[in-house]
Amino acid sequence: MSALATFRESYLWYSFKRDKIAIASLLVLVLLFCSAIFAPLIAPYNPYDPEMIDIMNSEIPPAWEDQGSREFLLGTDSQGRDMLSTMIYGMRISITIGLGAVLLQAFLGVLIGLFAGYHGGRLDAIFMRAADVQLSFSYLMVAIFLSAVLQAVVGVSRFGEIAVPFLILVIGFSQWPQYARTVRASVLAERKKEYVEAARVAGFTSPRIILSQIFPNTLSPILVLSTIQVANAVMSEAALSFLGLGMPIDRPSLGSLINSGFEYIFSGAWWITILPGVLLVVLVLSINLLGDFLRDVFNPKLYKG
Amino acid sequence: MIAFVIRRIIQAFIVIFIISVIGFAVKQSVGDPVREMTGISVSAEELQEFREKLGLNDPWYVQYVRFLGKAVQGDLGNSFFYKRPATDVILEKAPATLELVFVSSLIVILFSVPLGVFSAIRPNHFLSRFLMSGSIVGVSIPVFLTAIMMIYVFSVKLGWLPSFGRGELVMIGGWDSGLLTVDGWLHILMPSVALSSIMLPLFIRLIRAEMMEVLESEYIKFAWAKGLSNRRIWFVHAFKNTLLPVITVGGVQLGVTIAFTILTETVFQWQGLGFMFMEAVERSDSPLLVAYLMFVGIVMVVVNTIVDLIYGLVNPTIRISGASS
Repeated sequence: MSALATFRESYLWYSFKRDKIAIASLLVLVLLFCSAIFAPLIAPYNPYDPEMIDIMNSEIPPAWEDQGSREFLLGTDSQGRDMLSTMIYGMRISITIGLGAVLLQAFLGVLIGLFAGYHGGRLDAIFMRAADVQLSFSYLMVAIFLSAVLQAVVGVSRFGEIAVPFLILVIGFSQWPQYARTVRASVLAERKKEYVEAARVAGFTSPRIILSQIFPNTLSPILVLSTIQVANAVMSEAALSFLGLGMPIDRPSLGSLINSGFEYIFSGAWWITILPGVLLVVLVLSINLLGDFLRDVFNPKLYKG
Repeated sequence: MIAFVIRRIIQAFIVIFIISVIGFAVKQSVGDPVREMTGISVSAEELQEFREKLGLNDPWYVQYVRFLGKAVQGDLGNSFFYKRPATDVILEKAPATLELVFVSSLIVILFSVPLGVFSAIRPNHFLSRFLMSGSIVGVSIPVFLTAIMMIYVFSVKLGWLPSFGRGELVMIGGWDSGLLTVDGWLHILMPSVALSSIMLPLFIRLIRAEMMEVLESEYIKFAWAKGLSNRRIWFVHAFKNTLLPVITVGGVQLGVTIAFTILTETVFQWQGLGFMFMEAVERSDSPLLVAYLMFVGIVMVVVNTIVDLIYGLVNPTIRISGASS
């Protein structure tokens, strides 16, 4: 049976077909991801190109409002950038950072979880205590502290250039404990099973047992966790950027767009801050709904908290 | 039990030690205290002399011990901006944040307990379904966005509530409280609702999940079989055992809450610790930054240790499994 046929017979596909919310959120996600990937083709303007920005066009409301203009479908921001294009590019940055951070934390967390769980002992105790402590501080707190301190060390002007890899690093590092704990829990359950014992008797080295035997069996909790963590990472990035600790305003993410538009709501220009906010919520919500669906299907025991 | 308590307290001290090392490292790497004190019109020799006098040329471990010694006495240096001891600034700003956290925890408790219990005992009621789908929307909306939207609706459009600051304050014994005046309550309403908006869905879901698990257990089935009344089973037998995990998660959520006070206070210009922290970051006010880091770290360690001890006290299996690992 081919891989596709196996998939079509699977419980995952069966329950997906019946879950309207899961289908809708996957569609929305695919749409958002595609527009992020093909941003230069889809966006009507290029928000990074100063030639296309005219300060005279600033604070134009969306097209459906009285003073709206057809040229700018969702209006313009305080610098005269087209909101729609800026939001699409902003989402592109948010998603890049979110995915990058999850890749990094998954790499760290899975590796630590696998080896600590399999070998146990002192190393395991140290890593798990560290994870406990870091979790008790909450990932957002760790991320805020890290970026505040590092930004103070590096200096704000130089910070702007390295913001993307920097945020990936900060958010990735602040969230590894969730992966480590989830993976470790399933390693502890797998370790006692017969196939592991058989592998050991067959004389496999322990890195080989861990990576080629145990690791595939921990994939379903990792998959479920990953969806939720992408949502968390996007939210963290937005929070950091909103606080001015993330993306600079000339290359805004959704969070920094919300931040830059915030003061204009008092003069009635709500769209500069609310529209990127709505896009952020739609993005995070559809990831969360999909994560909820996956959790119901696989039903792994995730670490609560 | 004693072994458990001792182990837990030793661990708390190790964490506090690590926090102090981090605080020290931040202090060393951010800003130059000599430059801050002297300005620019000082020669290199004088600067060198000054550094020597302040002990800034000593090896780092000597400086660390000095830092720790002062920190134990509550001296974390003077804030560059306020020109006052950083601990004083922290203590002055703390009431604002504590009141905010207090009012929003009140909101969370008042709403999450009845709603969580209700959706556990009536899982198919339309309100429960609405709560469950509503709560996932709730966790997907960032706090600062909730806050901004509230400001737009209630301050800009309707003009009902003030959008920033703490309003009229009353001073009682060094604690300037906004909870004693109507104006203060009007000011705290939106920030505390915004802050609780992220916790509320989480706690409703948690209480519901725990309650449903408890309702499946043997002793509840036995209580039904005995013919006890619904109310007694739900609110006395089941609810008691629901609270335990909720308390621990509540302790863990303190860190999240503090992180979110930074966001909420920034939006509402609430003159608390979070707002002060962001100002300190913008001004590179490293003593204040370090003081905040140490303060929050120690509060968090203390609360988490207490929560763990309470948990160990009521749930003996934790102590035993902790001992074997």
